[in-house]
Amino acid sequence: MTGPSKRRGRPEPMQVVKGRRDRALRALVDGVPWIAFLGIRFERHGDELTAVMPYQEKLIGNPMLPALHGGATAGFLETAAIIELSWSTLWEDVESGAIDLNDPAVLEGLKFPKTIDFTVDYLRTGLPRDAYARARVTRSGRRYASVHVEAWQDNRARPFAQATGHFLMPST
Amino acid sequence: MAPPHDSDRVKRAKQFIEAIPYSRALGMQVEEIGDGRAVISMPYSEQLVGDPRTGVLHGGVVSALMDTCGGGAVVCHPRSGAPTATIDLRIDYMRPARPGERLTAEAICYHVTRSVAFVRATAWDADKDRPVAAVTGAFTFEMSNSEEGGQ
Repeated sequence: MTGPSKRRGRPEPMQVVKGRRDRALRALVDGVPWIAFLGIRFERHGDELTAVMPYQEKLIGNPMLPALHGGATAGFLETAAIIELSWSTLWEDVESGAIDLNDPAVLEGLKFPKTIDFTVDYLRTGLPRDAYARARVTRSGRRYASVHVEAWQDNRARPFAQATGHFLMPST
Repeated sequence: MAPPHDSDRVKRAKQFIEAIPYSRALGMQVEEIGDGRAVISMPYSEQLVGDPRTGVLHGGVVSALMDTCGGGAVVCHPRSGAPTATIDLRIDYMRPARPGERLTAEAICYHVTRSVAFVRATAWDADKDRPVAAVTGAFTFEMSNSEEGGQ
């Protein structure tokens, strides 16, 4: 209970809090070649993450329609799920200051959960424009976790794909 | 030997798949295709690594290969009359693909109805005996005109 946010008294300056959270998010996302390859970035509001995959011509799977490739959609959903799961696992330790992501040894020790299985429902055609996704950890145990994720484009209420996955948590 | 019109069809299917922007971006190459079965491979690339600490490809890479291969198996089914789209795809990751090795997937379209094609697929790296992942999927399906005619 000695962490920065748990200290009673004057709250920390907003920029300090934001800086710490943004650093934690960058520690997870930056340096993953696949995330850069798909051009995915994460927007954060408090602890809520939204994955954004800006449209690129290389993501097309059907040039006639045109439509996003199912594989691009699946990769986007799985990435959003893994980052959300890692993020929600780290959150408390980042907030309490129990781990310091400025420490290279901590960064080096970060491990992603491993996907056991992943099931994608393709609900409508993925259009050639930006896509967004939000994941929810429906159950997170010591060894296994279950995550649901939804992706949409223009209209949040009309997802174009959703997925459920099971993950093996990294041993600590 | 396949009759000439069949090998044209195979050539067209191969060209079609290899021209898909996303498949090209991942470097996919059609090895075999025909009769509801497709084999597609792709090279390892550092750009596609999902965990820089291990060098293992991201799962999304394997699903992209499986999805393309599944779609390939559907369109080359003898009764197929139209392009296809994935309805649902489940992938089981059995082990990480070894860094540096080429990835190969084989998909079989084992059953079709008038509107749905069912597919199974497996992927492996250099060690074909120990699959990296397995897939079951459902794809949209349209019979060719000659089939719909009820011959």
